[in-house]
Amino acid sequence: MNVLDIVTAVLILGGSALALTAAIGVVRFPDTLTRMHAASKPQVLGLLLVLVGAAIRLSGHADVGMVILTGLFTLITAPVVANRVGQLAYREQNIRDDLLTRDEMRETGENGEPGGHDAH
Amino acid sequence: MNYVWIAAAVMLTAAAGITMIRLLAGPSTLDRLVALDTLVAVTMCGVGAWAAFSLDTTVTYGMAALALISFVGSVSVARFRVPDVGRMSPPGGSRDKSGNIRKQG
Repeated sequence: MNVLDIVTAVLILGGSALALTAAIGVVRFPDTLTRMHAASKPQVLGLLLVLVGAAIRLSGHADVGMVILTGLFTLITAPVVANRVGQLAYREQNIRDDLLTRDEMRETGENGEPGGHDAH
Repeated sequence: MNYVWIAAAVMLTAAAGITMIRLLAGPSTLDRLVALDTLVAVTMCGVGAWAAFSLDTTVTYGMAALALISFVGSVSVARFRVPDVGRMSPPGGSRDKSGNIRKQG
């Protein structure tokens, strides 16, 4: 068991623990926005940790590029999905106002209607 | 090293299991969408851990396909779903003043 094995083990264990945390957060948090927060941030970080661990262990194979591509694609697409879902949740008021410390979208909305930068 | 794989498998299975609670119970479509996203990401974690465990790289293509399809699925559900009005939405939330369902972008 050399150093790379230990690094791989730590990365994969950490990634799995983060995935478990995200799942607990999705179940336990009170409204859609906080659930989305739990589902996007620790989830992406956990997936990236597992992918880096897998890439270290698979180094030398030809298919490591696909692992790196998966990580890049997840990094690029996770904010897009989070933006869409968060905006929809806000627009339907599927959130708890008492949990917000600051509501910037209400400040920018026109004629009293909560909007967004691309509300249509 | 064996215990590492067992621990990772147990944690990922538990994560997938308790995500399904929210997938079944989530009061609105968006909650289910978020839970489904989490479930797919946990699946990708599992596939990656399997590739690292078995040194079998053929499953990495499946992982990339899962990433693509989960993105397309989430965005299309967020775009084309029917907004649910009901218990979760307070008055004025997703209906306008005359009671019609407000058009969602």
